[in-house]
Amino acid sequence: MAQRDDSRSGAPYPPVTGKRRTASATQRVKLYQVGTHVAGNRLLEPEERTVQARMDRSNSLTSGHRACQGCGEALGARYALDAAMRATGGKLIAANATGCLEVFSTPFPESSWQLPWIHSLFGNAPAVASGVAAALRAKGREDVRVVGQGGDGGTVDIGFGCLSGMFERGDDVLYVCYDNEAYMNTGVQRSGATPPAARTANTKPIGEHPGNAFGQGKDVPRIAMAHGIPYVATATVAELHDLEAKVERAMELRGPRYLHVFVPCPLGWGADSADTVKLARTVKESGLFPVFEAEAGEVTAVSKIRRQVPVEEYLRPQRRYAHLFGDPGHPEIVERLQAMADANIERYGLL
Amino acid sequence: MKKPYAITLDLGSSRANHTGSWRTERAVYVDRLPPCNDACPAGENIQAWLYEAEEGEGGYERAWRKLVEENPLPAVMGRVCYHPCETACNRAQLDEAVGIHSVERFLGDEAIRRGWRIEVDAEPSGKRVLVVGAGPSGLSAAYHLNRLGHAVTIREAGPLAGGMMHFGIPAYRLPRDVLDAEVRRILDLGVELELNHRVGNVLEEMREGGFDAAFLAIGAHIGRRAYVPAGEAARIVDAVSLLEGMEGEERPQLGRRVAVYGGGNTAMDAARTAKRLGASDAVVVYRRTRDRMPAHEDEVEEAAEEGVMMKWLSTIKRFEGGKLTLERMELDETGFPQPTGETEELEADSLVLALGQESDLSLLEGVPGIEVEDGVVQVGPNMMTGHEGIFAGGDMVPAERTVTVGVGHGKKAARQIDGWLRGAPFEPPPRHEIAGFETLNTWYYSDAPRTEQPRLEDARRASTFDEVVGGLGEDNALFEARRCLSCGNCFSCDNCYGVCPDNAVLKLGKPGELYEIDLDYCKGCGLCAAECPCGAIEMVPEEI
Repeated sequence: MAQRDDSRSGAPYPPVTGKRRTASATQRVKLYQVGTHVAGNRLLEPEERTVQARMDRSNSLTSGHRACQGCGEALGARYALDAAMRATGGKLIAANATGCLEVFSTPFPESSWQLPWIHSLFGNAPAVASGVAAALRAKGREDVRVVGQGGDGGTVDIGFGCLSGMFERGDDVLYVCYDNEAYMNTGVQRSGATPPAARTANTKPIGEHPGNAFGQGKDVPRIAMAHGIPYVATATVAELHDLEAKVERAMELRGPRYLHVFVPCPLGWGADSADTVKLARTVKESGLFPVFEAEAGEVTAVSKIRRQVPVEEYLRPQRRYAHLFGDPGHPEIVERLQAMADANIERYGLL
Repeated sequence: MKKPYAITLDLGSSRANHTGSWRTERAVYVDRLPPCNDACPAGENIQAWLYEAEEGEGGYERAWRKLVEENPLPAVMGRVCYHPCETACNRAQLDEAVGIHSVERFLGDEAIRRGWRIEVDAEPSGKRVLVVGAGPSGLSAAYHLNRLGHAVTIREAGPLAGGMMHFGIPAYRLPRDVLDAEVRRILDLGVELELNHRVGNVLEEMREGGFDAAFLAIGAHIGRRAYVPAGEAARIVDAVSLLEGMEGEERPQLGRRVAVYGGGNTAMDAARTAKRLGASDAVVVYRRTRDRMPAHEDEVEEAAEEGVMMKWLSTIKRFEGGKLTLERMELDETGFPQPTGETEELEADSLVLALGQESDLSLLEGVPGIEVEDGVVQVGPNMMTGHEGIFAGGDMVPAERTVTVGVGHGKKAARQIDGWLRGAPFEPPPRHEIAGFETLNTWYYSDAPRTEQPRLEDARRASTFDEVVGGLGEDNALFEARRCLSCGNCFSCDNCYGVCPDNAVLKLGKPGELYEIDLDYCKGCGLCAAECPCGAIEMVPEEI
């Protein structure tokens, strides 16, 4: 499953370069007992460390932005774009949807972006990115690559039609969704990516079924896979080696590619700002958020659970789930969420 | 500048916006005290020398040099120390403790093999110090005093340097060539050693020799006797004499069935030695139970592996006609053994008493101010006896009697003697807060089980005095060093630099690969502290 075979995909998008990785997306470091999971290590050669560990990383999203303390989205955006900048030698253009990421980074006339960056509307980021790619193709500039990006609102709800179109047309764009599971910029309203039972401004923790409803929402990574595009992957801000390897892999390919990054939101989730990475780690280790990659519609690798935790360990530190643990609380809802995690573990073979 | 339609402001970078003003807490890099360092009786900076050793080839010598700043006998200590550092090691709560002693031994052996030497760069102080006893404590004190610029003379009553390391610890635990090499290196610094010189009266010798201070480390060489009613033919020896006899020309004769009375490390050494001398049965008789035995776990285990038998909850009543009469004991509520009146017999050709040792304190007779309690000399926190200028350490003062404690006393006393000679008392630097397991983020450490040292096969253990426990090869030693979690001390993993959402951690690069918090942009979210694997970042409230 882990071994890749590009010829098998049969997709009309040949890889850009010959550089190929084998095995899973996680970087392997032999024997470095203190360097396998951390960003870098003084014992490693600089080129073997993550992009984020390098002094010459591009800091695509630089300091002074107005994201909240401990913002997972700011972190995820820098991780993904720095990796893409490195993979393309700095020849990269980003198209951004409306949302926190856009608002906190560009209060006119200041910008935190250190790459060519364009913002138009909430719902059209994939279409704008497609247009930029088309323009580059028309100018014969195939060396310059395009990234579209947005939050879960701009991606799974408002920009969803444009995204699907971009997939279907086969546009040469990597689209990155930073998923913090609600419309945070406007005050924490429910999105199609909000998980069941979570409290948001319009899914109150009251009544018989407190918080967001079960059985609704969209699993966009799987919807993207259903388009049969060359590459779909999920990642979290807790596994830097994995995330960077996925961006790098995506930039080796042409055509539409989709990366879904789980980015905790301390403000919207009612979590401690220091817990952002921890929550991204426990969501994956519980099985609630499966981390995998897929090529041409088929799952090719999964990131295994290393130290399994019950969903409660992920849910408890977040006030958006506080109603589940009060007195009397809702143990039956916690059980349903655990069942969702167990189903993911089963479906993706996470253990 | 001409601006496009409807644009009135110049574009700029968000770096003009100093988001550090939002902060209520700031991230601060700290050094916490690793539990291994805290537990080391010799005060080694274990985490620091493992850090150097992790680099492999080029790092070994730096690691060794860091090690010998505190302890001049790493090859010895890597073999005989009971490694309280490993008991304290945080990694034990994750998988297994780091094999610190095996890396120490590897470094010590490397130093001997490659002939690494120590240079003294201190200015000569013009002061002379007399060290009495060339055991671990005396050698350590001499070494440190010499490195501090003082002229040192060691006077040793025995025919060889090493003290209990030579005459108490069997060769299968500490090969003599290793001991001799490390002693030689200390003497090569210019320490003077006078063998077969028993100090009669310390004050007289100090006066005659023109010494400014003295450090006494005569050890405890007299085996404690217990009264055991015995028949005429019964052969009773004490363990100290037995082990000392092993260093002579003629090996002691114990017979086929040997009983050892006592439950300490010396009892184990005596029983294992008896086995090697040809005893078919070696039985340790101890009045309490295994868990209450003062002997260290490793030694009990190795003895059992070699076929040494244990007789728990028993005292010896009589030794007559090749038979020991044992009385069975019972532990009362306080854990103290009480006689039951029930007896049994055990056949034995000889009985070895390993009931503890005492010091011969005759050299202190008539010295004013000296205080002796329970057979040991009382010293202050600065290791000085009640007599100004006379310091003491090792087995002759109240403490656990191990090589490591002795080496630690020697170092501590040397620093205090140096301060006393210079008229500026030595103040140990304040101890940092301990880096407890809860300060670590262990997610980031790879799962890596401990590397076990090779053991000599049973047949050779039974009949020879070859070293039982082998050393680690370079690969394994490096692996073991890299298992260190670096508790409380930055190891340059770049995590803080990576996880800051505001790029407010600056990486300063080589040398040292240090980091700095950019307070212009640090919002105080605490992510760097939470994701630091080793607990080297602390969040400190801002004063508002």
